[in-house]
Amino acid sequence: MAEKEKAEKKQEKAEIVEEKKPEAEETKQETAEKAEEEKTEEEKSAEEEKKEERMMEAYEQAIFKKVNSIVFGVFSPKMIQKMSAAKVVTPELYDKEGYPVDGGLMDSRLGVIDPGLRCRSCGSKLKECLGHFGHIELARPIIHIKFVDTILKLLRCTCKECGRVLIPKNKIETISAALEEIEAEKSLEQKRKEIKQLSSVLRAIKKCPYCNARQSPVLIEKPTTFMESDKKISPIEIRTRLERISDDDLSLFGLNPEAIRPEWMVLTVMPIPPVTMRPSITLESGERSEDDLTHKLGDIVRINQRLFENINAGAPEIIIEDLWDLLQYHVTTYFDNAVAQLPPARHRSGQPLKTLTERIKSKEGRIRRNLAGKRTNFSARSVISPDPMLDIDEVGVPKRVAMKLTIPEKVNEWNIDYLKRFIENGPDIYPGANYIIRPDGKRKKITDETKEVFLEELRAGYVVERHLMDGDIALFNRQPSLHRMSMMAHSVKVLTGNTLRLNPAVCHPYNADFDGDEMNLHIPQTEEARAEAETLMKVSTQLISPGFGLSIIGCTMDSISGNYLLTKELEFTREEAIDLLYSIGIDDFSRLPRKKIISGTEIFSVLMPEDFSFRGTSKNGEDVVIKKGELIKGLMDKANLGSESGLMLRELHKKYGPEKAINLLKRLFRLGIKVLLKTGFSVSVSDTDLPDEIDAQIKQTLNDAEKEAERLIEAYENRTLETFPGKTMLETVELKILEVLNKARNEAGRFVAEHADKRTHTMVMANSGARGNMLNLTQMAACVGQQAMRGKRIERGYKDRTLSIFKRKDLGPAPRGFIRDGFKRGLNPAEFFFQAMTGRDGLMDTALRTPKSGYLYRRLANAMQDLKVSYDGSVRDATGKIIQFKYGEDGIDVSRSEAGQINVSKIVGHK
Amino acid sequence: MKIFDEYKEKLPLKIVEEVREHTKGLTSDKIKKIFEKVYDEYVSSLVDAGESVGLIAAESLGERSTQMTLNTFHFAGVSEMSVTLGLPRIIEVLDGRKTLSTPTMEIYLKSPYNKGKDIQKIAAAIKETVLDDIVDEYSINIVDLTIEIKLNKEKMKELSLIPSVVSKAVSKKSKKYSVKLDGDVLVLKLKNKEENLNEVYKIKGAIKKIHISGIKGINQILPVRRKDEFIIITAGSNLKEVLKMDEVDATRTVTNDIYEIHALLGIEAARQAIIDEVNKVLESQGLDVDLRHVLLIADTMCTIGDIKGITRYGVVSEKASVLARASFETPLRHIINAALIGEKDELNSVIENVMLNQSIPVGTGLPGLITKFK
Repeated sequence: MAEKEKAEKKQEKAEIVEEKKPEAEETKQETAEKAEEEKTEEEKSAEEEKKEERMMEAYEQAIFKKVNSIVFGVFSPKMIQKMSAAKVVTPELYDKEGYPVDGGLMDSRLGVIDPGLRCRSCGSKLKECLGHFGHIELARPIIHIKFVDTILKLLRCTCKECGRVLIPKNKIETISAALEEIEAEKSLEQKRKEIKQLSSVLRAIKKCPYCNARQSPVLIEKPTTFMESDKKISPIEIRTRLERISDDDLSLFGLNPEAIRPEWMVLTVMPIPPVTMRPSITLESGERSEDDLTHKLGDIVRINQRLFENINAGAPEIIIEDLWDLLQYHVTTYFDNAVAQLPPARHRSGQPLKTLTERIKSKEGRIRRNLAGKRTNFSARSVISPDPMLDIDEVGVPKRVAMKLTIPEKVNEWNIDYLKRFIENGPDIYPGANYIIRPDGKRKKITDETKEVFLEELRAGYVVERHLMDGDIALFNRQPSLHRMSMMAHSVKVLTGNTLRLNPAVCHPYNADFDGDEMNLHIPQTEEARAEAETLMKVSTQLISPGFGLSIIGCTMDSISGNYLLTKELEFTREEAIDLLYSIGIDDFSRLPRKKIISGTEIFSVLMPEDFSFRGTSKNGEDVVIKKGELIKGLMDKANLGSESGLMLRELHKKYGPEKAINLLKRLFRLGIKVLLKTGFSVSVSDTDLPDEIDAQIKQTLNDAEKEAERLIEAYENRTLETFPGKTMLETVELKILEVLNKARNEAGRFVAEHADKRTHTMVMANSGARGNMLNLTQMAACVGQQAMRGKRIERGYKDRTLSIFKRKDLGPAPRGFIRDGFKRGLNPAEFFFQAMTGRDGLMDTALRTPKSGYLYRRLANAMQDLKVSYDGSVRDATGKIIQFKYGEDGIDVSRSEAGQINVSKIVGHK
Repeated sequence: MKIFDEYKEKLPLKIVEEVREHTKGLTSDKIKKIFEKVYDEYVSSLVDAGESVGLIAAESLGERSTQMTLNTFHFAGVSEMSVTLGLPRIIEVLDGRKTLSTPTMEIYLKSPYNKGKDIQKIAAAIKETVLDDIVDEYSINIVDLTIEIKLNKEKMKELSLIPSVVSKAVSKKSKKYSVKLDGDVLVLKLKNKEENLNEVYKIKGAIKKIHISGIKGINQILPVRRKDEFIIITAGSNLKEVLKMDEVDATRTVTNDIYEIHALLGIEAARQAIIDEVNKVLESQGLDVDLRHVLLIADTMCTIGDIKGITRYGVVSEKASVLARASFETPLRHIINAALIGEKDELNSVIENVMLNQSIPVGTGLPGLITKFK
């Protein structure tokens, strides 16, 4: 693929010099600029040698060549001819038998795209031959569309007679020195701007300082016609003028004479890209469908031939001119089919052709699609579902998937019997094997028929691709992959069923839920990759987020509720306690007190390491104290168990290391769930019921607020309201009403928080931080509150009112989106409508935000991806430029700190 | 104490100070032990060489930015000025945009004034007054081709302006007309007799925006109480002029216009401003992003001594590698420009090596392995 891309770019305008060949075995990219003839000889022998090598060690995947640098430049006509494998002279593609025509666009010297045929230039088969460039000789010179701006600049700033730049001799030196300085001190970009400035000055010069020739202004008629005093300058003339410009003057225009001569920007010879980069596809009907590029090239060749014939036949000038223009059009659209002033070339169906520029650019183009993004084998994708009985760093893989994904294991004398068992099972019995790879690199599929043979021939040096098994390493990923915790290494657990399974505790780093989410699984294939995945990407190594230095994996939902209840109030008999602990995988009960009745905190303490001491606060600000592995004060809730908060998990991680921390977390998580399983946990509508007198009080509060709002409106209508500085009276009254109503709702919320039954499970969830908050409860039990859009009350809809059931210009609470009742009592139609409005507004916000923040992220990532900490502790970019002298000014890795800090007080406290 | 000085070399100053704080009244023996422990902890917390800190910073902020609200305006309390916050503001700062959607300043005052003395007066002096603010009505005399402008006395008194000052300001602005003061009515007369009515209308439109007093660019002012002092919040920003005022505490007054800060106080101040502005948004959204990431982003924007936005014209265009630039945006432009000067891509950043299937020069791709071959 990379080769193909390069071929394209080359074709486009850039010449890529590979100083060394890329490692890819198939590399045959010629090293340009060097003597081509010798090269081919040399290459052929190298080819033979390499082939043998490949046979022997294909599976070794040794990197033996590396690209050191790439040089960009423009091909000279000579170079194009030199590297051409075939001169294309006819627009025909195939003869009657369906073989490529000699001298046609599909000439078999340009490479092979049909299986079975051999390339006539290099003799290799399909996929081995990368293709070879050909060329056509243009009957008349053609302007290259991508260089029009540069040509215009050159024509305007040089003498039309002598070709010198229109700067007097004595000034040239100072100017070029100044330009050089700008490039060195500031940037290339700055230099380009400066040159632009300079050329606009030179345009105005009327007389050549060297030969005193009069200069007339050159205008451009887009896209490719140059005019001088109302007369067209023919490309031939342009080319001769460009030829006259001396190498020395070129640097003043920011051109490097070693890379480009200006006359090369007017094409006389055009390279034909190899057929391998424009393969035809055979339709079901057996018909051949050619690539867009082939179509375009066909047009060019056809018109070019016609032009030749007409010139030779001495046709009238006007016909030749017309054909010339047509050729110019075809060549232009061949390079870029989206030139503003030209109608795009189209298929017969009317859909525009995708030519070179369109191939490269944009998200779907070669660069972002095929070069910066790669595709992969050995991957799976499926719906995910939760399984708390899996370990946190495990992933449940369906058996079906496990039988398709394989791991290559190299046979040696110690594992040969072990691997033979897989071959015996074959591809259909788990755990089996799908392929064996012989030492010569041949992959053979294992079937019932071949099984016996393979068992016989298997010996050290073979590779067996066996099914995925428990304990193998897999990378697990959910898009959008916004941070490094979006792709972590898990160990495989093969399960029945068809979904990928994961422990709900890791939902948070992946930002996954189970409403139909799908995730991807990748199986690293080499030892190196597996080792790297295990040491750098394992879930246990990713516990602490590099974003803010706290645990990103923690208990969620039920496990928080469970631990909360357990440490708050629950009591069990000793038998029950043992049962509970055993069910989460603990079989050492020596730390359980020898009592009949065991409290929840005592059960919880069994999980804690014996030497663990901790001091923190819970969600509602109470102290939590763990001393020597015993919870002696406070209770467990989201603040200490949850992800992204609390220092208890961080502390455990710091003290006992990632392995133990994740083990503990696993147990804590299961404990919470098992507690709920044992005690039962359900919610009902009556959970948020309030006593009647409280209901009345809430009603009173809301009534008062509405009265207050009415008073404000009255004051506004009488113009007696005092305005806020810088605000109109209307704005003031709006703000004040908003404030009053919000206060009332908060008041109602306080009543709910104080008087709702705290033992109900809805309240337990809110108080423990498992799910929901006080606001949600208030909205259910008491009052939904003001619906606001863009920080204001709802004001749009009909003329002077929000809905037609209200009076005009009514500023009262209800007509402007205040919802008095709670969800439990129900909303009236208008209220329901207002709620739907804000709901929709929220959806809109999300829909608009995602692409915006995605683009911000892309830009950030692109700008900063090269920054790394170098060995001296400084942060440098790719070229070694220092960005920071010490990373973060103190050199601390956030994922090793505690919320970005070194906790001195803790160290002192421990002393 | 000697031990503190000794560890000042080894530890960041902040940590040393923290230790000093926590070890008051302890014996030097104990302090030494504590220092040893702190030092161990510090060393074990250091970043590894090769760590791809840039990408981590981008990820940390980028991931968080998906959780921000798009809500442009935010009312921090009822009587505050509305400011752009949330994602749009972050984008504005990181883009390095020159024109902000809501430029604003927080003006702190020097001692007697910050307790509320003359606050309205100072505020009035800061706010830009244009002619339109103090005019009751404009009338055009079609026969004489003059504009009569009636000034509002009350408003002028509020701003302590007198008609002659206004007249001077108006006449200074343009030479097309002459200004005569008649009580509190300004009469503008065209100097060129051949002008027609159209021109008069044009002038009438133009003079509305004539600057009379106050500081240019400050459209609104709002004195508010912050903790135990009064500050002035403005809509519109002009740091240079505001700092010239005697009553203003120049050490604390800030603007959210980073380019103004850069022009007036230099690149280091601009860097700090970027950090502060990003942190302000993150805080207001209740998001927790470590300071180091913001620092690194601000540093990349400011390394060349000028503010470069995280855009194709800014930071990305500064990259040395052609392919890295091409892979971001406008690939063809970069490739063509590279061809014109025969640019050489040394392949030392990440993306080109991804393109070529070679190992990348960060993280585990960085170290080479030297072994002896037989």
